[in-house]
Amino acid sequence: MPEYQNIFTRVQVRGPVPYPGVPLGPDNDARDGTPTFVHLFGKLGDAQVGPIYLGYTGLLSILFGFIAFEIIGLNMLASVNWDPVQFIRQLFWLALEPPPPQYGLRFPPMREGGWWLVAGFFLTLSMLLWWVRTYRRARELGMGTHVAWAFAAAIWLYLVLGFIRPIAMGSWSEAVPFGIFPHLDWTAAFSIRYGNLFYNPFHALSIVFLYGSTLLFAMHGATILALGRYGGEREIELTLDRGTAAERGGLFWRWCMGFNASFESIHRWAWWFAVLCPITGGIGILLTGTVVDNWYLWAVDRHFAPAYQMPWPPTPDPAAMQGAAR
Amino acid sequence: MNNTNIKIAIAVTGLVLAAILVPTFERPPVQTSQNGFRGTGMEHVVNPRLRATTVAANQAPAALDAADNDGDRASTLYQNVQLLGDLSNAQFLRIMQAMTEWVVPQEVRDAGNGCAYCHNIENMASDEVYTKVVSRRMLQMVRTINNHPHVGQNGVTCYTCHRGRAVPAEVWSTLPMSRAGLQAPTGQNQPSRASAGSSLPLDPFTPYLLQDRPIRVISGTSLPGYNESSIQNTEWTYGLMMHMSAGLGVNCTFCHNSRSFADWAQSPPQRTTAWHGIRMVRDVNMTYIEPLTPLWQANPNGPPESPRQVRLGAMGDALKVNCATCHRGVNRPLNGAPMLQDYPELRTIRDGPARSAALAPQ
Repeated sequence: MPEYQNIFTRVQVRGPVPYPGVPLGPDNDARDGTPTFVHLFGKLGDAQVGPIYLGYTGLLSILFGFIAFEIIGLNMLASVNWDPVQFIRQLFWLALEPPPPQYGLRFPPMREGGWWLVAGFFLTLSMLLWWVRTYRRARELGMGTHVAWAFAAAIWLYLVLGFIRPIAMGSWSEAVPFGIFPHLDWTAAFSIRYGNLFYNPFHALSIVFLYGSTLLFAMHGATILALGRYGGEREIELTLDRGTAAERGGLFWRWCMGFNASFESIHRWAWWFAVLCPITGGIGILLTGTVVDNWYLWAVDRHFAPAYQMPWPPTPDPAAMQGAAR
Repeated sequence: MNNTNIKIAIAVTGLVLAAILVPTFERPPVQTSQNGFRGTGMEHVVNPRLRATTVAANQAPAALDAADNDGDRASTLYQNVQLLGDLSNAQFLRIMQAMTEWVVPQEVRDAGNGCAYCHNIENMASDEVYTKVVSRRMLQMVRTINNHPHVGQNGVTCYTCHRGRAVPAEVWSTLPMSRAGLQAPTGQNQPSRASAGSSLPLDPFTPYLLQDRPIRVISGTSLPGYNESSIQNTEWTYGLMMHMSAGLGVNCTFCHNSRSFADWAQSPPQRTTAWHGIRMVRDVNMTYIEPLTPLWQANPNGPPESPRQVRLGAMGDALKVNCATCHRGVNRPLNGAPMLQDYPELRTIRDGPARSAALAPQ
């Protein structure tokens, strides 16, 4: 009997013709494209591609996203004097920087962060429209809107970093540059400027949910794969009509750690962990610089930063000594 | 897709991955040593294989035979000896020979023209060769450095920076800033050699090692309202710190307790040395290097009739000093060899302004 369970599966399940999808309601455009099968996709997941529904939210989202992508890319290309070879060689280092601090929340000259604001505007619009799309497509299929709200959690973190916190701080310069290494250097500099983000409790919570998500994902994925021989991948049926796969999975975890999530609740666990990662992270970022300026000193104030012995004598600040050079 | 295709695809993917991974990462071993309270990450990370290369490249040369201190002083034997006049004749000639070996290019020395690199052979007392004026100023700089809290008893000689070259290998100058493009120059977001290959600022030296812009960016209070430093300021400071880390071959935790970079009470004592080092380099650049710029501008490729070696940066400014100029990848220059002890002559450089050290081209 052929097996159909893994990423690199030996068989591909295909209907005689591609599935066209359920009928759409009255306010919808028709789906675009003739559905087809792609063998390579079938090795990874479902072999069927299309039909796709874009609608005006999808089209505008792609258009605005493309505009943002182009603004960022052309700014990077211009920064290497329009040299395509250098553009590729230095791509990871190049960036579109937010305005310098002296402009505050005013609209700066295009050369000094104006392009950053324009790119950010279009990128934000694109994401929000894509969010509307995920919400409305789910509703159209009669689904819940869990995907849309999970996406909204990620958008929340994005908006805190690039929009809400800069406004709260009164300066666009507090926002993140567009660029691969530059945004990572920004992240490190952000933590240093605000006295070590590791002492920010919301940062800690965010890490818990981040690593917790990977742990839950690994536990759940492994459990279901291990139950594949008993039909464990039919999780939804097993939620309603518990079979030997569900019973064995539950028993396994009770043996291992004395407690097990159910076939239904594990998905809520995973969803909440994933969603709380950017939500708590966003709260932590929003509090940084607005409510707390040095997280390490704040942790000392709150008595949760432990004091350690130093194996060297205390080092006085030479600048604080009388007559010292600056 | 048949098996051959898959094998070819795997081989190509493997080659591409190898091409990316092999030059990107450092081959082990990596050794870690603890230098703070357990569990706090206060550790030195060293790759002994790479370290051995750096150490081998930083060997101090054998000292010349010591000279006796007898007889008349150089100031009475020779004319126009302004800084080394308190030496005996033997000492004076010894330090002149040492300086020639430390600084004059190899080709010039091999051709037997070492003295002529700085002197008019017809009239050794003359200041007409500009390199002599520069050397005199450099001797005063050595005096300043050897009296600075940064260098301690080991001291420096010309060799600490020059290493047998007229211009030290590790120097910096102002970078040309392109006005082209869609963005005004940000001074960052290209591979930054100064900041150890990051996208941090390309020139973290001008604000801190030539000017005295504030380096400290972290708040001294837990609550906001007292610190105007921006994240951009932080990136510039970060860039300088990356230079110090790479230039000295040390991690952040050599000088800082990384839980709180700003806190002096928890910092290793090396941070004090580094603090003085920043002030020393700033003083060297402001007081000694920059004012010599007109002489170098008049001789942008070094003395005539000697190998062409550029004396100016791309923007026509002097080639300046940073931490790597002396340190060259080790936290104690020349692996801590106390070279100054072998050259007591350099401890007797006279104080006070040199009278004829004309800082204009002659």
